[in-house]
Amino acid sequence: MGSLNRIYAMVLRHVYLLRGSWPRILELAYWPVMQMILWGFITQFFMGHSEWVAQAAGLLLAAVLLWDVLFRSQLGVTLPFYEELFSRNLGHLFVSPLRPWELIVSLLGISTLRTLIGVIPAALLAIPLYRYSIFEMGLPLLVFFTQLLVTGWALGLMVSGLVLRFGLGAQSLAWVAIFALAPVSGIYYPIAALPEWLQPIALGLPSAHVFEGMRSVLLGEGFHTGHFLWALLLNLLYIGLGASLFIRVFHLARKRGLLLHSGE
Amino acid sequence: MAIQVSTLTKRFDGALAVDAVSFSIERGSATALLGPNGAGKTTTLAMLLGLMTPTSGSIRVLGTDMLRHRYRVLGRMNYASPYIDLPQRLTVRENLNVYGRLYGVRALPKRIGQLAQELDLGPFMKRAYRELSAGQRTRVALAKALINEPELLLLDEPTASLDPDTGDRIRTWLEAYRARTGATLLLASHNMPEVERLCDRVLMMRSGRIVDDGTPAGLASRYGRSNLEEVFLDVARQPGTQG
Repeated sequence: MGSLNRIYAMVLRHVYLLRGSWPRILELAYWPVMQMILWGFITQFFMGHSEWVAQAAGLLLAAVLLWDVLFRSQLGVTLPFYEELFSRNLGHLFVSPLRPWELIVSLLGISTLRTLIGVIPAALLAIPLYRYSIFEMGLPLLVFFTQLLVTGWALGLMVSGLVLRFGLGAQSLAWVAIFALAPVSGIYYPIAALPEWLQPIALGLPSAHVFEGMRSVLLGEGFHTGHFLWALLLNLLYIGLGASLFIRVFHLARKRGLLLHSGE
Repeated sequence: MAIQVSTLTKRFDGALAVDAVSFSIERGSATALLGPNGAGKTTTLAMLLGLMTPTSGSIRVLGTDMLRHRYRVLGRMNYASPYIDLPQRLTVRENLNVYGRLYGVRALPKRIGQLAQELDLGPFMKRAYRELSAGQRTRVALAKALINEPELLLLDEPTASLDPDTGDRIRTWLEAYRARTGATLLLASHNMPEVERLCDRVLMMRSGRIVDDGTPAGLASRYGRSNLEEVFLDVARQPGTQG
C-alpha cells in the first residue's frame, strides 16, 4: 500500500506539471500530428507510384504512428526524469521513503500517459484527413502498442541511468539514442531490405519484430506469432537491462554523492 | 539514541572527506555540526540520510541500521537544505501534497492546512515554487521537512541567505516544533548566533574530523572566548585547515 501511494505521488507530481501548462500538453500531441500529416501526403503520393504501398493504404501511416509510440514512450521516461534533475529535486526524493524501483514504476506510468496524450490525437485525426483508422487493426494494434511502449521504456531507463551518471551534459541522448534504432527497426521498409550483415542486428531489436508483424497484418498475412514472441522475449531482456542499469547507476550515484549535487 | 555513528569514513577518489568520525546524539536534543567549508558537514549529513554511502563505518538512526534498513526509518526523519530544491513549476500546495503522499502522511489536507497556518504559507499556497522569494522558499522547504512530523530533523544551513526577520521566524518555528514534539534536531550551520540559540551541543568539524564537542557556552569558555563565532575562527584557522 505504501509503495502504491508513493508511486501515485510521483505520477501525480507529473500530472500536476502537465495540468499546469496547456502548451506542454499541446506540444506532446503536436509532433505526432505533424508527422502523421506529412506521412499521410507521402502515402497519397506513393499510392499512385508504388505497387508495394498500394497494397495497403495504412502501411506508412501505421508505421509513423507506431514509431511515435516508441519515441514518445522513451521520451516519456527520460523527460520526467530530467525534470527532477532540472528541479534539483533528487535529493529530496531520496531522503523520503521512495525506493528507486518505485521511481522507475512511476516513470513508466507517466510515460504511458504522455504517449497516449501524444499519439491518440494523431491517430484520430488520420481518420477524417486520410480516411485511415489505425484502430481497424484490432487486437494486434494493442499488442504492437504495448511492445513498442516497453521498448521505449527500456531505452528511456538506459538513457536516464546514463544521464544520472554523466550529468545533464548527456541529456541530448534522449533524442539521439532512439534515432540510432530507427534505420534498423524496419519502420517503413521490410528488414529484408537491409544489407544482409545488418539483418541479424535488426532482428535483435523488439521494434524490428513489431514492424514486421505490423506489415504482416496490414498486408493480409495475419498475425505473426513468431515476431510477437521474439518481440516479447527481447523486450523482457531489454527492460530488465534498462531497470538494472538504472538501479546500478543509482547505487553508484549514492556512492559518489551525485544525488546531492544533481542538477543544472 | 537518535543517532549513533561509529568510525564513519567517506573517501572520494582518494581524498578523505570524512575521516573516521564517531558520535552519538540523544533523542530530543538539538546539535550543530560546525566547521569551515569543506570540513565534511554536508557529507556527514548526506550519509546520515542515506543519500550517500560511506566508505566504511556504521550508522544507526532511531535504532535502525541505516546502511542495511534505511527504508524502515526514512519515513520518521526529514531534511531541508538550500542546496536542493523542490519541483519548481508545482504550486506550494501541490508540492506539499506530493511529499505528504511520499511520506504516507495520514489526514494530509489537514496537515497541509496546519503547516500553512503555522508557517504563514497561506498567501502563496497556489503560487508556483519558482515564483517565490528566497525567504518564502525556505518556509516551504521547512514545511516539506515537517510534513511527516519527523522525530529526527536534519537541516543544512536552515537560514542561509535569509534576512534577519525571516531567519528569526524560522528559528522560532524550529524551537516551537522541538518543544511541541520532542524531536531531535541536527543542523549544519555557519550562523553562530543561530547555533547558540537553537542548539544545546556543538560538534566542531575540521578536515573531515570532529575536533571538539561541547555546549556552546562550554566551548567558548574552553577556548577563552566570549562567543561561538570566535571559537569557530580559532578552530578554522588552526594550521592544516583547508578553505
